[in-house]
Parts: sequence; structure tokens; C-alpha cells
Amino acid sequence: MRLDADWYDFRDLGNSVGALLEQIEDWGAPEWVPYVVSGLIGVLAILLWTVLSVLAFIWIERRVVGLMQNRIGPNRVGPNGLLQPVADVLKLLFKEPITTRHADRGLFWLAPIVIFVPTLVVFAVIPFGERMVLADLNVGVLFLIAVGSINTIAVFMAGWASHNKYALLGAMRTIAMLISYELIQVLVLLAAVLFAGSMRLGDIVAWQQDYGVWLLFLQPLGLLGYVISGAVEMNRSPTDIAEAESEIVAGYHTEYGGIKFGFFYQAEYLAGFAIAAVIVSLYMGGWTLWGLEEWVPGWFIFLAKLYGVFFIYIWARGTLPRLRIDQLMAFAWKFLLPLALVNVMVTGGEMLLWQEAELSSGEALPLFGVINAALAVALIGGWAWFLGQLREERVAHRAILTQELGAIYFGEAASKL
Amino acid sequence: MDDTGTVVAFYVLSALTVGSALGVVVVRNLIHAVVFLILSFVGVAGLYITLSADFVAVTQVLIYAGAISVLILFAIVLTPRGDRDNQETFLRLPALLLAGLVAFTLGYVAIDTEWAISDREGFEETASVIGEALLDKYVLPFEIASVLLLVAMIGAIVLVRPESGVEEAGE
Amino acid sequence: MSVDLEHYLMVGAVLFAIGLYVALAKRNFVAVLMGIELMFNAVNLTFVAFSRFVESPNPLDGHVFVVFVITVAAAEAATALALAVLLYRVRGTIDVDRIDLLKW
Repeated sequence: MRLDADWYDFRDLGNSVGALLEQIEDWGAPEWVPYVVSGLIGVLAILLWTVLSVLAFIWIERRVVGLMQNRIGPNRVGPNGLLQPVADVLKLLFKEPITTRHADRGLFWLAPIVIFVPTLVVFAVIPFGERMVLADLNVGVLFLIAVGSINTIAVFMAGWASHNKYALLGAMRTIAMLISYELIQVLVLLAAVLFAGSMRLGDIVAWQQDYGVWLLFLQPLGLLGYVISGAVEMNRSPTDIAEAESEIVAGYHTEYGGIKFGFFYQAEYLAGFAIAAVIVSLYMGGWTLWGLEEWVPGWFIFLAKLYGVFFIYIWARGTLPRLRIDQLMAFAWKFLLPLALVNVMVTGGEMLLWQEAELSSGEALPLFGVINAALAVALIGGWAWFLGQLREERVAHRAILTQELGAIYFGEAASKL
Repeated sequence: MDDTGTVVAFYVLSALTVGSALGVVVVRNLIHAVVFLILSFVGVAGLYITLSADFVAVTQVLIYAGAISVLILFAIVLTPRGDRDNQETFLRLPALLLAGLVAFTLGYVAIDTEWAISDREGFEETASVIGEALLDKYVLPFEIASVLLLVAMIGAIVLVRPESGVEEAGE
Repeated sequence: MSVDLEHYLMVGAVLFAIGLYVALAKRNFVAVLMGIELMFNAVNLTFVAFSRFVESPNPLDGHVFVVFVITVAAAEAATALALAVLLYRVRGTIDVDRIDLLKW
């Protein structure tokens, strides 16, 4: 995009905002006013977009999951159930937010806020278009991980303040899950940053635009690791062990009702959008589409990709059964962590090879893509087979009480299996 | 640094940090004290940002507020409930005097010394320079730090392992 | 109205003193650990403030030192908290007033 494009050039909404800021400066405002105005516009735009997306996706998710499970989904409230999100929000707003007698009032009130704010702040570093980043930080990728790690504190506060043993148990399980997958997230994002040479998300998108390749072709192991750890960070099925209604009542947000639960609900969707946005920016080229961004607005391409990735997560929710907590932890520590470490080593080696052998990008990148893809297939298949060999055989046992009773009533032979 | 934004940010963040640290002292519930500690960590991260130390600020939030705080909370949950009222020992007055003395001495030295102030404007990007320093000049402390972390991990696991040898029931 | 090195050093000094008081005067072992973490934070703040303001050939060495301090603080917190849990298992309490004798 040219920097002096006209204000009505909606291919990049930064042009309109830039024209507005120049106009403010021409009116003779002091120096800090354009800066504050641009910040406010960015914040309001992000808030508006997230709220509208959450409303839309409440309906879309329930409809799509319903159709996948061979039922209709919401179709009562409004034409085809399209006003269902409005009904949901009204219900949450009007319900009485009860605080139990023994709950820790300060922390109980604070936990929904602390879980909502970090997921919103993540959107500040994500490039929606060429000049549509609220704060293109030098340490953007690290900022994403750091802000995501505050979720663990909020989950603990919610579980502890409820003064409810199921809530505390759910919170502990969720925290164990979150910190394990956070480690894998860091390693996988490290490998992606190695390719682009910078932690700034705008630079990573520009790298993908310059070399004309999406990072997911060069980092298949990384994409696998990040998609799975993203699903866990979102607390979505198949990894929603924290809020599994049939298992632990509702985990760490058991005692929350009304608009406090509304905050948890919205934070879950926002976390989903944030993870999808990071996947799109880092692995799928962000707002670029191999030159199509000359005609189609960049932010439109970005949102289309984001909703596509989020649709895959909805698809996974409707299809896959829920995993147990020990299965999840074993998967993280035994399977994904070695893969992520090997990925980092191989990526580092490739970058060194690229520099030392002075290959051009035309011959280096396909070579790396093929090596990484082959390595991914070999490692995933081979390591999974190897771990399967190590699993001990399960022997069926009868419960002890049944054995004893069987021995009493039917003689000694009945107490064996 | 004399632009209004930085000055206002400094005073607000310092008030947040010192106020939360005082909250850790005063509050009568240990979990609330940990929440105030987390708030002071985030305040210190904000102060790092006013000093244009972006990498260190984000690392502070990631490690202190994200990981060490969770460790402290877990340790509180696994220890008895009767000791969670954040009481002081019988040594509180000598400790108060000592703390006051230390603050006064440090403050006096800080104000009285002629520091060699440079007229640098602030760092542009710290992460790449820190990375190069870690692998170039400070590679030995870097490697020793990794070994230290490994030893701490193994040590913590060994310390809290349950008593070894669960008895086989029956055969 | 400007903010100089002395302001940051004063904040660091006050934070260090508060951390010292918490480490010396609290009865719960985990609270003592919280005071130690506050002291680490104060020291890190003074390092970064010096690195920003003071004339030096390698100004970012202060930041490198802070990264090492954060790393060592994390390792130390993990070990000390494991000790706290073990102490509760052995002595039944983590009140530092009652763990002052090596035997009984």
C-alpha cells in the first residue's frame, strides 16, 4: 500500500485513520492528541469487532455443531434461530449473579475481569492489515505468550474464591494443563521466529509476503504443536476437561452465574479468536494472499482466514470425544515436547545452512519444506508407534469387594477372574 | 525523560508497585497477599517499559506473574490452613527499624552520588542485542543457568516425591 | 517536571526495604519467600534503571544481568517451595517461630 493513499482507500483502513490524524494535526491540536486518538480508535475498533464476532459465533457454533450431530440446533428465537445470541446475552444480563456465603468476595469478583482482560489485550499486537496494528511491539510474539500466561492466575482465583472443592479441583487440573501446553507453545513459536528473524508480528507477515510462502509449509510440526496447544489454551473440546459438564460440574466456573459467567463465556470465545488470529498471522500469511491484497482488502482476507481456522476448531468440537486429563498431560509431555524440541533444532540447523551455504531463497525454501514435511511425517508416525509399544498391557481386575463377596457365596473359584 | 506521558506513567506505576508491596505487608489473608504481589510484579513490568526495556518487561510478566506466582499459590494450598493469616513474628520492630535504615541509606546514596548520566534517548530494540550478548560474551553464565534450572527441577521433584516403595497389596 | 535516575533508585530502595521487612518479620515460610521475591524485583529495577541512564560502553549488560536474576529467582522459588511442602510434611507446620530448633 502506498503511504499517501486516499482516505477512502478501504483496502487498508489505516489510510482513513491516517488521513483523520493529519486533519487533526492541521487543526493545530497539541502533539499528543493524534497519538491518543489513534489509540482510542484502535481500542474501540477491536472492542466492537470482538463483541460482534462473539455474538455471531454463538449462533454459528451451535448451529454447525448441531448439524454435525444430526440435529437442527437453535431455530426458535427469530428466523432460523438468528436471534439466539441476543436471547443468550439478555438471559445472562438479567440473571441474578449470586455470590455464595463463604466465597472470598474480592477474588470472586475479580476473577472474571482478570480472565477477560488479557485475552482482549492480545489483539493489540495482531496485524489486521498493513497499517492496522494497534501496537506493533518489537517483542510481539513474546507478549502473546506472556499475556496468555496470566490466564493461569485468573483460573486459580476463580477456583479458589468459589470455596467449592469441585471448583478447586477443576482449577488445579486446568492450571496443570495450561502450563504444560504453554511450554510447547513457546518452543513452537520460537521455531517460527527463527525463520522470520524477528519477534514483531508485522515483520513475520512481511517475511511471508516477501518470500511468497506461508510458514505452515515450512513448519508442519510447528503448526501441529500450535494448533493442539491452542485448542488446550482455549479450553475447548476435545480438551475442555476443565468445564466438562458431565464430569466436574463446571470446573472452575461452577459458582459463577449471570454476567460473571458471561465474562467467562466471552473470554473463551475471545481466546479462540486470539489463537486463530495468531495462527493466521504466523503460519498462514496474515493479511496477504500472494498478491490478492491489491484488490481485496487485507483485513477481509485476514478475517476470512481467521473464521476459517476457527471453523476447524468448531468442527473438532463437534466430532471428537473429550480427552481425559492424564491423556492430555501424557500427550503434552511425552509426544509434543520432544517433537517441538526436534523442530527447534532442525529449524536452527536449516537457518545456519541457509546462511553458510549462501543458498538463494528459491532453492533453500523448497528444500527446507520437503525436509520438514518428511521429518514431520516420520517423527509423528515413528514416535507415536514407539510410545504405543511402551504402554503396558491393561489386565482386567474385578473389584476387591466383588471378589470377596464372590468367594464367600460361591466358593474360592469365583474370586478369580 | 521529561515528556508528560512518561512522568505520569512513572508516578502511577510507582504508586501501584509500592502500594501493592505495602498490601503484601498489611493484608491478613495470605492468598490476598499473593494477589497483591502479582500486582506489584506487573507494576514493575510497567516501570521497565517506561525505561524502554521491552524484552525484560515481557519476560518479567511471563516468568514472575505467570509462573512463580502459580508456584507460590500451589505451595500455599499444600500447606496448613492455620498458618495462612499472614501474621508477623516477634521480631517485627527490629525488622521495621532495619528496613527503614536500609531504605534511608540506599536513598541517601542514590540522591547524593554523582552518577555519570549519559544523554542516550532510550533503546530502540533490546531483544536482539541481549540475544547476541547471551551467546557471545555471556555464553558461560547462560549454559550454567540452564544446568542450574535442570538441577532445581530435579531437586524439587526429588524433594516432594511421596515415600518410595508403595506396598504391593496382596501378592 | 522530569523523571531521572534518582526517582527509579528511590522506588527500588523503598521496594527493597518493604521486601526486607516481609522477609524478616513474617511468620509463614511462604510469606518469607514472597519478601525475597520483592527484593529480587527491586534489585532488577535498579539494574535496568542504571542500564538506561548511565554512561557505559555496553549499556545492555544490565538487561542481561536482569535476565539471569529472573532465571535464578525462578529456580530458587521452585526449590524453596518444594522445601516448604516437605517442611510441612516433616514438622506439621510452616510457622518459622516453631521451626527454630534442629531437634524436637
